[in-house]
Amino acid sequence: MIKRFLYSQKVAPYVFVLPFILVFLIFWVYPLGSSLSMSFQKVTLGQDAQWVGLDNYTKLMGDKTFFKAVANSAVYMLLTLVILIPFPMLFAVLINSKLMWAREFFKSSFFFPALTSVVVAGTIFRLMFGEMEGSMINSILGLFGIEPMKFLKGQVTGYIALVALATWRWTGVNMLYFLSGLKNIPDDYYEAASIDGASRFQKFTKITMPLLKPTSIYVLTISIYAGLAMFIESMMLWNGNNSPKNIGLTIVGYLYRQGIEKNNLGYAAAVGIVLLAITMIINLTQLAFSGMFKKED
Amino acid sequence: MKKKWLVTLLVLTMTSLLWGCGAKSSSSSKGETSVLNAGAGESATELSYWTFVELHGQHFEKMLEKWNKANPDRQIKLNVTVMPYDDMHNKLSIAVQTGVGAPDIADIELGKYPDFMKGTPQLEPLDDVVKPYKDTVVQSQLDLYSKDGTVYGLSTHVGASVAFYNTEILKEAGVDYKTIVTWDDFKKAGMQVYEKTGKYMGTADTSATWQESMMLAQQGADFTDEAGNPKVNSEQMVKGLSILKDLKDNNVIATIAGGQPDTEEAYGEFNSGNYATAFMPLWEMSRYTNYMADLSGKIAIAPIPVIEKGMPRSYGGGGTATVVTKTAKDVQLAKEFIAYAKLSLDANIEIWNTLGFDPINMDVWDMKDVTHNPENKFVKYFVNNPFDVLNDIKSEIKLIKSTPASPTINNVLCTVTLNEIFEDGKDIKKALDDAQAQIEQELK
Repeated sequence: MIKRFLYSQKVAPYVFVLPFILVFLIFWVYPLGSSLSMSFQKVTLGQDAQWVGLDNYTKLMGDKTFFKAVANSAVYMLLTLVILIPFPMLFAVLINSKLMWAREFFKSSFFFPALTSVVVAGTIFRLMFGEMEGSMINSILGLFGIEPMKFLKGQVTGYIALVALATWRWTGVNMLYFLSGLKNIPDDYYEAASIDGASRFQKFTKITMPLLKPTSIYVLTISIYAGLAMFIESMMLWNGNNSPKNIGLTIVGYLYRQGIEKNNLGYAAAVGIVLLAITMIINLTQLAFSGMFKKED
Repeated sequence: MKKKWLVTLLVLTMTSLLWGCGAKSSSSSKGETSVLNAGAGESATELSYWTFVELHGQHFEKMLEKWNKANPDRQIKLNVTVMPYDDMHNKLSIAVQTGVGAPDIADIELGKYPDFMKGTPQLEPLDDVVKPYKDTVVQSQLDLYSKDGTVYGLSTHVGASVAFYNTEILKEAGVDYKTIVTWDDFKKAGMQVYEKTGKYMGTADTSATWQESMMLAQQGADFTDEAGNPKVNSEQMVKGLSILKDLKDNNVIATIAGGQPDTEEAYGEFNSGNYATAFMPLWEMSRYTNYMADLSGKIAIAPIPVIEKGMPRSYGGGGTATVVTKTAKDVQLAKEFIAYAKLSLDANIEIWNTLGFDPINMDVWDMKDVTHNPENKFVKYFVNNPFDVLNDIKSEIKLIKSTPASPTINNVLCTVTLNEIFEDGKDIKKALDDAQAQIEQELK
């Protein structure tokens, strides 16, 4: 009976997609719907929720700390895009090149940081960028006669530490995406180009870059999302959600502060909805511009 | 057939691998747990206790032994979990409010306490178990953790704030800490210390409000008005911060790694003798004995300098309330045990012996054999006896209120305002006005 059911050509596809549909409904649609309704309520756990209309949103619009968090997340996202797309692409091309020696070694050493827990990595970076003379970065600066710096107390220096952490962690992952993209480019194209007398640079810009476009767009999309949703890196680097002058506060950090630390879940839900809106707008615009919605020829 | 076996084996291996991962991560996110048996028999009730201060567990262990001996038919095993400060409070808040997963007993720090008092508190009222001890402990410490006249948490200490001076540095600079009475005296001494040794006299705290609290207490002011509304841009606050800023501008005090004396980075700085003074509540003593062993025999305790002679020289800073949650296994047993472990005379003596805190049963303050016991590790560590100072300032210990606005006030001052003033040199009045506006906006 079960066998006949599973072997039925009509039923089988539904059975196979069912887990995804269920996960999507339970862990995505339901929470999204309930956060949307929560964002119009004053919710304190353990007490009855009250409907407050647009109050949470109007309060959000006058909240300087929230805008600080949005600005922080946006800057972080842009910096990661600028660093974490071109460099991994370049490394992937280098590693993929036939002239490269110890290829597997480089591949795994670039990827290794991604396997490290963010908690551990963040703690190590916090110690490295500590403000005491003996901290690693400050003692290196000391060799050049530079005074110790309070890295994690300044907006720019704090971001240097944060972006260094992101770069260390994610370069290898993005590089692997690009490597798999490179594997799909047939060697014939390069051979033909060589016969036509194309230079290395020309081959890179005329063959590699255009054919890597789908991969690049994928990496761009997930990087935009990951950049805006970053939280743990900042939390670990500043040893908590409260960085000096909120220089490391991200949108998700603010959501956590309001929802969990201050027990103000309705307001936190509004922050979450705004984050979703921002991410969707940026990503949909980006995808539309890069022509991903066009029908393939 | 072979294939089938292979598949089964593969599935089994993968499940066990996943199982392993799951188990590992859950244990590490739960913090460190240890079970205190304290001579409990088989029939003992097992209660769970969450705290963010490892030392508190040691005190409970001592009191548990006494309890189990005195109450053979109502013995307790205590399951102690120590978690980091933020983690523990966040987890406790969710667990208590949702009614799932909360421990039977927990510690809540004063800064977070008002959050747990919102609406109808999900904690057990403790009035009945407090009653027998009511006349022996400081009333203001009971009021601190009460809502509408009902006590929900039991205090650990008064937290009288004092000055901790590193006598070795002061000696090198030719300064006698006993002559420091006002902030002007402190400034003169500090300038001399910086000139002679290149070291700072004290810290300019950016991540805690101990110093602002002491400045406000001296002027009879608070972070909030009578009704509990935030008032951080008051004249008194400007005056207090101006004094501190002036000290910083003259190299008397400087910001410290970690932002305040009670942090790991700061322990290191103090240990290396880079700062001569910390103005902290008395419980900082336990940090000295535990984390700054190098300074043993060098630290003297004295009253905090005042703006003008005659002003109160101390205030009760910080504090931890022990509470019983509504979901506790045996509410009455848990309540009676914590009252015994924190309010009884025995408990108050042990709080001093084990934790080095100033007990809320002030009778202990006069028990010379307890407070001056030469075997006590705190008596051994410090240059002078803490209780000589405490008894001297006994009538001057003011209270800074804890109101529903306090967590927000604390958050804004410690993340933004104090950094702006001490790190960036922003105008004090402007920084405080901005803070007031931000606090009001957040509390809307």
